[in-house]
Amino acid sequence: MTTMTSPSPAPPVAVSRVRHGELVGLWVLLRLNLRRERISLLIWIIGVSAVAASTFSAITSLYPGQAERAALAGSITANPAFLAMLGPIGSTTVGGLTAWRIGVLAATMIGLMAIFTVIGRTRADEETGRTELLMAGVVGRSAQLVAAVIIAAGAALLIGLLVAVAGIAQGAPVTGSVALGAAFAGCGWVFAGVAAVTAQLTENARTATAMAGAVLGAGYAIRAIGDTVVGWKWMQWLSPQGWVTRVNAFGTDQILVLVLFAVTSLALVGTAVVLLHRRDVGLALFPARLGPPSNPRLTSPDALAVRLHRGSLTGWAVGFVAFGAITGGIAASAGDLINGSPQLAQIINRLGGAGVLIDAFLAALGAYAGLLAAAYAISAVLRMHTEEAAERVSPILATAVGRTRWLSGHLMFALGGAVLLLALDGVVTGIVHGARIGDLPTGLDRGLVAMLIQVPPVMIMGGFAMVIYGWWPRLSVLAWAALGLALVFGLLGRVLQLPQILLDLSPYTHMPSLPGGEIRWLPVLVELGIAAALVAVGVAGLRRRDVM
Amino acid sequence: MTIDNTAVPSPADNISHTTTKASGAVSTRAGGDPATAIEATGVVKTFGSTRALDGLDLRVRTGEVHGFLGPNGSGKSTAIRILLGLMRADSGRARVLGGDPWTDAVPLHRRIAYVPGDVSLWPNLSGGEVIDLLGRLRGGLDVRRRDDLLERFELDPRKKGRAYSKGNRQKVAIVAALCSDVELLIMDEPTTGLDPLMEAVFQDCIRAERDRGRTLLLSSHILSEVEALCDRVSIIRAGAVVEFGTLTQLRHLTRTTIVAETRQEPVALSSAAGVHDLVIDGSRVRFDVDTGHLDAVLGVLTGAGVLSLTASPPTLEELFLRHYSDQVPETPADGDDPSAAISGGRHGVARFSRGAK
Repeated sequence: MTTMTSPSPAPPVAVSRVRHGELVGLWVLLRLNLRRERISLLIWIIGVSAVAASTFSAITSLYPGQAERAALAGSITANPAFLAMLGPIGSTTVGGLTAWRIGVLAATMIGLMAIFTVIGRTRADEETGRTELLMAGVVGRSAQLVAAVIIAAGAALLIGLLVAVAGIAQGAPVTGSVALGAAFAGCGWVFAGVAAVTAQLTENARTATAMAGAVLGAGYAIRAIGDTVVGWKWMQWLSPQGWVTRVNAFGTDQILVLVLFAVTSLALVGTAVVLLHRRDVGLALFPARLGPPSNPRLTSPDALAVRLHRGSLTGWAVGFVAFGAITGGIAASAGDLINGSPQLAQIINRLGGAGVLIDAFLAALGAYAGLLAAAYAISAVLRMHTEEAAERVSPILATAVGRTRWLSGHLMFALGGAVLLLALDGVVTGIVHGARIGDLPTGLDRGLVAMLIQVPPVMIMGGFAMVIYGWWPRLSVLAWAALGLALVFGLLGRVLQLPQILLDLSPYTHMPSLPGGEIRWLPVLVELGIAAALVAVGVAGLRRRDVM
Repeated sequence: MTIDNTAVPSPADNISHTTTKASGAVSTRAGGDPATAIEATGVVKTFGSTRALDGLDLRVRTGEVHGFLGPNGSGKSTAIRILLGLMRADSGRARVLGGDPWTDAVPLHRRIAYVPGDVSLWPNLSGGEVIDLLGRLRGGLDVRRRDDLLERFELDPRKKGRAYSKGNRQKVAIVAALCSDVELLIMDEPTTGLDPLMEAVFQDCIRAERDRGRTLLLSSHILSEVEALCDRVSIIRAGAVVEFGTLTQLRHLTRTTIVAETRQEPVALSSAAGVHDLVIDGSRVRFDVDTGHLDAVLGVLTGAGVLSLTASPPTLEELFLRHYSDQVPETPADGDDPSAAISGGRHGVARFSRGAK
């Protein structure tokens, strides 16, 4: 390998320092990473801390009195969907409610940010050959990995700091604010470490991201079980997001739990560095295998789409099956909560009994599944952009394949795949729930209806991504921004008491709450029509514009 | 090395279009001139404030290997993308095989194979799968021919994506293009990264394609390759074709370097037309002479009594360097400069200007 150093012989001292300096060049790489990630990190930092700050102020102004907050906490504790999605409430102070409302979600988002940043600046650079260019310079072996982790960890720390400042500025206790911010930062650190490890395992950046994402999803699911299933509380300890709950900011402020984050992230980064030294640049621990010398079945653009999408769809399907199993498993215990509190039982029985609780729980988790399915649909639509950016589209379009023909396979996976995921989720939820209540048809009916009612808004999100890709492929981040807004509106809209006009912008707002409610076909059909129109507009855009 | 020139499609193969190559005849759509495979007139393409193509004129005759040359960033790839219907020209007219490359993209592409300059493969597809895929998407591929090409290019089709070196990725695209039965091959710097042995195999294959009546638009920087393969050459600069003709014609535009020893000092040379960079060192003399003035200048030399003489023939490199360099070619004060000869068509070299047919 050639180096980019000057050809004149360097003094021996300098040479030995270069050879042993694992982190030589770290400063330059940090600046490079900052330059490359500045926009996306800025969006993450501002986005997450703005949500935290506005939640602090919303709860302060909407629930000023202790009695009001206690009532809110009471109604929340009665709702198992809230427990599954957000965890238990640690304290009924303003800070405690805020920590409950945003804690698990913000920690997961920060984890996602850390994963994207670390994989992007390690394995993705390596896959494209940029790492080779850097490593040929005076750069230590671990410098790139460490630089990526530092950038991600630094961004997580900054978010934590801003969250703490937001809490203190709203008059929340200093210890609690700092504990919450530190827990957020810690969660980011742990997943930066997870991503650092998965980046060593495979040559493919997508696979590395998927592996780290699976750990993040598992962390979320494990704590959901721990938070909802009576007697399984210990499971919180198995998940970094569970640790955020365990820190119990503004409640008991378990500062010692923060040590877990620090120790785990350091251990993970250490493991990644060891793995890094056991492999060659550009290769991975799991080596790529040889493929078939020819393949007579690969005869159409659809066959190519199958090859490009099947891995990711399979991964998502596994995730949705797990999600469905947990949803179905917890749903039946939604009724158990009544047993804990006679007053609660009285209220709920007046509302219609435990069945109402189960319905509400399934509807809430369905809304969640809708957001996740939209994330799949958007990523599958934008896969076309990835293909185009890598210049793998022009060789296809230079054959007798038209643009619509090429695109149809990708769209089939993006939209059809999302429907499939929701249906799978519904079936698994239904079977598990049905088995637990001993009534399979009722279980299946409830599960399927809860998930499938999410199809129209998911199609709209996918259609919107298609419009962006068709007309303005460079702005593809807007498709993700739309999902981010839908998430904030859907999960925080009520708490923040956002104006209805704003909430109405989200396609999720207009779907009836099912099961338990009455199905209204008009919004369903209107949304499906809008989705079809969006797809058509996006396709028209791609047919008109230049292809790179 | 020879290539199977018979081009008999095997019964098993599944080529949907029906063109006969036996006589080199090419079927074209109604309305097109069958003798012209590619014709672009006044094509303009801008990206924001950058004018990538600025009135490009290009004509490729059916059955020829046409060299497409120009410095980096001169608009070659943009021109090729327009010819493939991947991009739409802002103005001007482009016809490929008698059709409009934008509106008729799909039917035209059954008759065209393309080799991109920077081949990007799918990370989870083997090279063999990519070859099969691209061939079948084009409408069919000749399996025997593919196997033959794989062997000749010594390509392992089982590797995936980045496991291939740059040269081997390039080979995947070349094999994919050559194993289809098409009329027009468009190649954008296809041999970058190929070793000299493979370069030779590539040249053999291209000659065989030409002998079978195929048309080839070859963008290249490798002058020996252009010299060995191309019938005619277009040189593009800043989005417009600046030079166009056969290699023999273009060679007339270059200068021969002469080093001679004469009995007397050849003082008359300093006033002779077409002489440049003259250095007289007593009886030794060294100068460049425009090829068109060679005869007269040699007369002057003979008059001085030639003792020894070395003449270095004009190289294409000189010509290209002149057009590739940023400086505008110098224009001598007298009217005998070579570019005037082009404009006047004295050597039969056409010079396209904007708007000209």
